Amino acid sequence: MFPEIFAFDFMRNALLAALLSSVACGIIGTYVVVKRIGFISGGIAHTAFGGIGLGYYLGINPLLGVIPFSLLAALGIGLLSKKGNVAEDTAIGTFWAIGMAVGVIFIGLKPGYAPDLFSYLFGNILTVPTSDLWMIVLLDLVIVLVVWLLSKEFLALSFDEEYALVSGVKTTLLYLLLLCLIALTVVIMMRVVGIVMVIALLTIPAAIARLFSRTLPGMMVLSVVLSALFSLSGLWLSCLFDLASGATIIVVSGLVFFLVHLVRFVKASLTAQ
Amino acid sequence: MKSVLVQCEQLSVTLGGMKVLEGVTLQVLEGDFLGIIGPNGGGKTTFLRTILGLQSPSSGSVRVFGLPPGRSPGRIGYVPQRLFFDREFPISVRDLVMMGRLSKKKLFQHYNPLDRQKSDEAMQLAGLERLSEHRIGSLSGGELQRALIARALAGEPELLLLDEPTASIDPQMKSSIYDLLERLKKKLTIILVSHDTSTISRYVESIVELNVTLERHDLSSVYRPEGALFPNSL
Repeated sequence: MFPEIFAFDFMRNALLAALLSSVACGIIGTYVVVKRIGFISGGIAHTAFGGIGLGYYLGINPLLGVIPFSLLAALGIGLLSKKGNVAEDTAIGTFWAIGMAVGVIFIGLKPGYAPDLFSYLFGNILTVPTSDLWMIVLLDLVIVLVVWLLSKEFLALSFDEEYALVSGVKTTLLYLLLLCLIALTVVIMMRVVGIVMVIALLTIPAAIARLFSRTLPGMMVLSVVLSALFSLSGLWLSCLFDLASGATIIVVSGLVFFLVHLVRFVKASLTAQ
Repeated sequence: MKSVLVQCEQLSVTLGGMKVLEGVTLQVLEGDFLGIIGPNGGGKTTFLRTILGLQSPSSGSVRVFGLPPGRSPGRIGYVPQRLFFDREFPISVRDLVMMGRLSKKKLFQHYNPLDRQKSDEAMQLAGLERLSEHRIGSLSGGELQRALIARALAGEPELLLLDEPTASIDPQMKSSIYDLLERLKKKLTIILVSHDTSTISRYVESIVELNVTLERHDLSSVYRPEGALFPNSL
């Protein structure tokens, strides 16, 4: 049944979206996990909902509203916590809620029912149009290029921010740039798993990869592979059992995550005996 | 004449309303090996952070290589306290040491064979060549400490700052780190912060005590076990 399902056009797009988004997800997810900024990423993702509302209200492609909105969220949360003497979790919580609120207000202002907004919240990989695929390709290229150019700075920033600063690196600027890359990744992942669940796919593959990696680039490659595997198997299972695709992808990832940790725990207790 | 690398005049630092350093006047000359001792909270780490430009003075002045702090990154090697790291970070010893080359590189530049060679030399000096491909999580405390020193050395610094390099390390490892410093002091100016008074007094050439204010000590008075300044920290 595997090949038959993928013969459809929408299925081909879904497959490509899963694979292409895994590239950004694995690379940026690696930084999110090692730098422990999962909650900032969640904050950026939820704030981006305001952008969806704005795009919907203006009658343009919601993704066009989301890109500036999520970038502003990234810069806002980053600057407020780094420079504004505001606790980081307070900054995150404030943006998180305001973004959602703005989105709800915009949607309410536009008369009529908004049928596909649900797919931005919870993802619907089966409805990705070809134009969005090109956007994902473009964002992937931007992310890969920036990470490649700044790999040594990002490594120092993630491992030892103070040392990077002492070495003459503009750490605040670089941190804001990293948050912007997270924002772009959120935009990409929105189609696949939706705003609410982005944080899971940003962290789970990288967290598993971390257990088996000796270097950061190695961890990135493994995260990309895991992310692709989870997306594809989730997609396949969702078709097989007629389930929501985004949610199935997350559940598959989560199950593997727990399984890996269970196996490690059992192994560790066996060797301890 | 020897040049002045660090010049502090009446330096005071306030952290969260508390005076951490007050009226510190100190000169470090090229080739010095200065030990800074003192109780916890006495401002030892803050002093290093001020030299590095991570902490700004509330009054007084600091010049490092004749410039305000933070302006000479390529000339200073810094070995921070080991406790603050994520030991599980996926990074090999080689990549950690290579980070020491960061201050010599421009934005967007990748590491090249010269950086690799300098990192190899630093690892050799610190006796880490066998461990270069190991993940840092698999190192012992002493090995990790030597890796952090190697990272600082890879940047070919003229001034080396070490913050408690022998804290919570077993005695044998401690002496291997001091042997390394002994070899380095011929080529480098070193400022070493430690509360291990008795041991460092055997290696350093001058010693000061920081307890918010600065006190100079005659090395020989710290040297003798019966004359030790801080019996509790022995």
